[in-house]
Amino acid sequence: MDFLQTLKIALRALRTNKMRSFLTMLGIIIGIAAVIAMMAVGSGASYVISQQIASIGSNIILVLPGSTTSGGLRTGSGGAQTLTSDDVRAIMAECPSVELAAPTIRSSGLVVYGNMNWSTVLMGTTPELFEIREWGVDSGRGISQQDVDSAAKICVLGQTVVENLFGSSDPLGKIVRIKKVPFTVVGVLNRKGQSPQGTDQDDSVFVPLRTAQRNLSRSQTLNSVGALLIKAKSEDLLSKAEEEINNLLRQRHRITGGKEVDFSTRNLSEILAVAEQSSKAMSLLLGAVASISLIVGGIGIMNIMLVSVTERTREIGIRMAIGAKKNDILLQFMTEAVLLTMLGGVIGIALGTGGATIVSRMLDWPTLISFQSIAIAFIFSGAVGIFFGFYPAKKAAGLNPIDALRYE
Amino acid sequence: MSNVITLTNIRRVFSMGDQQFEALKGVSYSVEAGEFVAIMGASGSGKSTCMNILGCLDRPTSGQYLLDGLDVGAMDPNQLADIRNKKLGFVFQGFNLLARTPAVENVELPLVYAGLHSRERRQRALQAMEQVGLSGKENNHSSQLSGGQQQRVAIARALVNNPAVILADEPTGNLDSSTSEEIMSLFNSLNQQGITIIMVTHEHDVAAHAGRQITFRDGIIIGDTK
Ligand SMILES: Nc1ncnc2c1ncn2[C@@H]1O[C@H](COP(=O)(O)OP(=O)(O)OP(=O)(O)O)[C@@H](O)[C@H]1O
Ligand SMILES: [Mg+2]
Repeated sequence: MDFLQTLKIALRALRTNKMRSFLTMLGIIIGIAAVIAMMAVGSGASYVISQQIASIGSNIILVLPGSTTSGGLRTGSGGAQTLTSDDVRAIMAECPSVELAAPTIRSSGLVVYGNMNWSTVLMGTTPELFEIREWGVDSGRGISQQDVDSAAKICVLGQTVVENLFGSSDPLGKIVRIKKVPFTVVGVLNRKGQSPQGTDQDDSVFVPLRTAQRNLSRSQTLNSVGALLIKAKSEDLLSKAEEEINNLLRQRHRITGGKEVDFSTRNLSEILAVAEQSSKAMSLLLGAVASISLIVGGIGIMNIMLVSVTERTREIGIRMAIGAKKNDILLQFMTEAVLLTMLGGVIGIALGTGGATIVSRMLDWPTLISFQSIAIAFIFSGAVGIFFGFYPAKKAAGLNPIDALRYE
Repeated sequence: MSNVITLTNIRRVFSMGDQQFEALKGVSYSVEAGEFVAIMGASGSGKSTCMNILGCLDRPTSGQYLLDGLDVGAMDPNQLADIRNKKLGFVFQGFNLLARTPAVENVELPLVYAGLHSRERRQRALQAMEQVGLSGKENNHSSQLSGGQQQRVAIARALVNNPAVILADEPTGNLDSSTSEEIMSLFNSLNQQGITIIMVTHEHDVAAHAGRQITFRDGIIIGDTK
């Protein structure tokens, strides 16, 4: 018996009970749609994370000040200003695996131009920061070493700040007041978009480090800085650089024995790896939920196929009397079950793809539908049909011709 | 003439739990090619039981059955399916057509299982339908056909594979007397074309169409007249 004929018979059987076929498929449809959507959202998430790793650079180390304990209470990283410009100089001089080091002083405040004002992040830093982050200027120039040395009252603006203070007019050469101190705008940075943490990286104003220390910071000592951004010479040297920095700073801060470490280091790729791990775990969990719904759908298929075999006992008897072999009957019912699940699979793939696209449009969340996930869903739906269709088909094929013919 | 069917001392014992019932108690007869045999007998005398054995749907408890010279008793289920497909044609009292299936596809069905290509299938099915006088009804479903027409479809289906024997168990049992007449004259004309027919019936006037009458009683043959 040729396969085309088997397929035709199966299609006819499914068409006779359209509503029932559809309801039976529903479990598979939902399961497959869920699998596809979950995989799309999950791989979208890991795509975003890997993009972020690429954009930040995977060989960057963050040195945070503070982390001192007072009476058993950790004040948390960045709670105190324990790092100094001298530390930065020492790192550059004594850590061979470090390529660049940029100190930052971060505060926030009001920036005023004319009758416009904008509250934003104020970042005092050195030219190295722009090199490490690979940030370029859109117009004008960046912060130079000279600006830092002379504590020049100049600033470089992010795009968001420009939009809010200047609108469409050219900010270069204009005087803005930052915390009431006048600064000349010398440059505008390229648009950088959102950070991995979801903050607007273009919403900040950059000033020379020493200017910030003198004019904008509330710190006690003029020399102190906030976090340090450090670039290792290569990705392979990342942990080595981290170790060198740790050793050097412990030595410089005279941390021995029981004395609490007053700084901490982090490398960004570690942080992102953790994020990636958790997004993977999440999609695995969602995948498991989707698989359960597939199994439930499969049981539904098995149930309906068993009903169908009973209903069509007489048909089976006729076919056997006319010359159908056990295998013909087995194949016929298997085909029906697999057709049911594959059809459900195709509809589910369409729905899942559509759903993922809608999610990505509405929530502005990237989704990635891989050919692989579609292939897996398709094969899986077929496998569910084979697995859950086998028992009913076996039962049909095992019928005795006379009993089947006599069945009322 | 050669024997198409040879039954030798066929016994069929049904066991239900610890009870045993002997429906056939040693039946022997042979049918030559081209014969038209009517099997008569009271209800429960074992006619259908014997037909099921002839049709390779059931196996005898003991005895030998030669069909076209082949010992059917030694065959496995797949070989029996092949025999049913190629050497036998069935006509049932209740027609037993597939529902929601056009008449021509019902007729084609044995050829589907015989593995023929669709064009040859269709051609032979149409030919068989013409033979039973059903041209023009090819695409009617069984619900769109009269009882007599349904039985003709069933006969066309039985014919389509050029079987050695057509087995009909009360083919007119569900039909009125005039339709029964039509079916019987169809059987007669098929028989005249050389087709061997074995038919079970309760009605003497139906049996009169056959050239030979075998009578059953309580699982044995009590009469065999030509
Ligand atoms: N599967 C079975 N199990 C047990 N007993 C059976 C079975 N099939 C038939 N019988 C018995 O065998 C006997 C013969 O039955 P069979 O169907 O051959 O009768 P029949 O001559 O065809 O009768 P009718 O004219 O009513 O169709 C009956 O007594 C019946 O009860
Ligand atoms: Mg009977």
